[in-house]
Amino acid sequence: MPKIKRIYLDHAATTPVDPVVFAKIRPYFSEKFGNPMSVHSFGQEAMAAVDQARVQVAYFLRCQPKEIVFTSGATESNNLAIRGTLKAYQAKKENQGVIPHIITTQFEHHCVLNTCQELEKEGQIEVTYLSVYADGLVRLADVKRALKSNTILVSVMYVNNEIGTVQPIVEIGQLLREAHSVERIARNSKRSTFRDTRSKILFHTDATQAVNYFDCDVNKLDVDLLSLSGHKIYGPKGVGALFIRDKSAITHVQSGGDQEAGMRAGTHNVPGIVGMAEAIRQIKSSKSKVKNNEILKLRNYLIKKVLKEIPKSHLNGSLDQRSPNNANFRFDDVEGEGLILSLDMEGVAASTGSACSSGSLDPSHVLLALGLKHEQAHGSLRLTLGKSTTKQEIEYAVKILKKIVSRLRKISGDVLKEFK
Amino acid sequence: MQYSKKVLEHFTRPHNQGKIKNADGVGMVGNPKCGDIMRLYIKVAKTKGKSETLKDVKFETLGCGAAIATSSMVTDLAKGKTLDEAMKITRQNVADNLEGLPPAKMHCSNLAADALHRAIKNYREKK
Repeated sequence: MPKIKRIYLDHAATTPVDPVVFAKIRPYFSEKFGNPMSVHSFGQEAMAAVDQARVQVAYFLRCQPKEIVFTSGATESNNLAIRGTLKAYQAKKENQGVIPHIITTQFEHHCVLNTCQELEKEGQIEVTYLSVYADGLVRLADVKRALKSNTILVSVMYVNNEIGTVQPIVEIGQLLREAHSVERIARNSKRSTFRDTRSKILFHTDATQAVNYFDCDVNKLDVDLLSLSGHKIYGPKGVGALFIRDKSAITHVQSGGDQEAGMRAGTHNVPGIVGMAEAIRQIKSSKSKVKNNEILKLRNYLIKKVLKEIPKSHLNGSLDQRSPNNANFRFDDVEGEGLILSLDMEGVAASTGSACSSGSLDPSHVLLALGLKHEQAHGSLRLTLGKSTTKQEIEYAVKILKKIVSRLRKISGDVLKEFK
Repeated sequence: MQYSKKVLEHFTRPHNQGKIKNADGVGMVGNPKCGDIMRLYIKVAKTKGKSETLKDVKFETLGCGAAIATSSMVTDLAKGKTLDEAMKITRQNVADNLEGLPPAKMHCSNLAADALHRAIKNYREKK
């Protein structure tokens, strides 16, 4: 195959490690290789780096360093948030025999969805999976309606990983706080004799796709738990963090050493932690703000151009309430895997919600949750931009895309018609 | 998804793609839910005293790389064969001639042989 220029438009899958970040990480492999749990100077050197990283992450989230727990990534963070909340709840004597209730959405990442489904299957929790609408947004009224007396946790992602839609996290946080105070007042006014042991409903958000572009101030968001990941923000893979406002509300789920104040056993991934913290520090720079604006402009250009130049193309999800780097299209009479395969052959890396690309039989649960038909979801294409994306790359990608869509449509003819 | 070179060749430049006007038989398989739909057209040559052969075979497929490649391959395999020979072409034959398919694709996207068989049955029923 002749060497072609490769264009990466899959930044929601992962991002390249920023060279500045990489430079920070390097010493922590062979020079400063100590185990932070060791007492000697090698260990202390590593611990100092982890501590500093913790301060940097906390600064970004506007929380206390002690409220940050480093993990292996957002999947682990989300597991810890949900399983840890449940475990802490179950450990309380007064909760014996009560099946708690968790609220989440139909279009969460699988690490949240599958965790909830497994716990539900085991009979440990009951779950409400909130609907989302064609715009890809959760409705506040639905959250309110779903609240029950046994609700212990609400978990709603900040930015959806497939369609990039931004959920009303601030509003949900506010709603939960109000719901809590109303209930407390009600209970107090009844002067009930039994002790009010009911604790606040915890609010968790998976902010993995939000960190690059949105305010993650945990107080503004009014969240109790927030997950993030290193490799989506130009940091390394295999590292993440969970913000935990009140550690007494969470019990660890992985047993072992005393790392992370007992919240997460296992030797620290020191290079990863250092790298993620540096990546987060970069986001706060003014350069990064300018970059994000450029990404937004390019993305808008991409959407406009695709919808204009490619017939029977559609944008999935809201345009306004959307992460600046995300475009998710669907094309009638085209199947997504063929699309990304052809794009890849022409050097353009993208992803699809088609089943064929995932190994499962069903297409993207996110697109189905928006109310799309199977064949529409199969015909989807996600293009996610990054800080190195150029206008020339977008021009090229659209040109190629147009050609491929028309080729695949020629091959498919009108076979779908028979099913209409 | 690791596809063989042969699959990619057939996916990129499928053989015998398109419709046959006034086809003698048409076979359709798949459904929108699973994402792969194939329609296969046949034209049958009838020479006196000889068995009927497939003079032309064409396809239209909405589907993934494997679905398009298997469609293309089955038309290659079937063309010129007698109807009885063509009925014996299996999914496995198609996959083998494509230098294999990824395991996940063996069942869901390897429907082309079925489409061929249906087209032949369709022809025979019409007779």
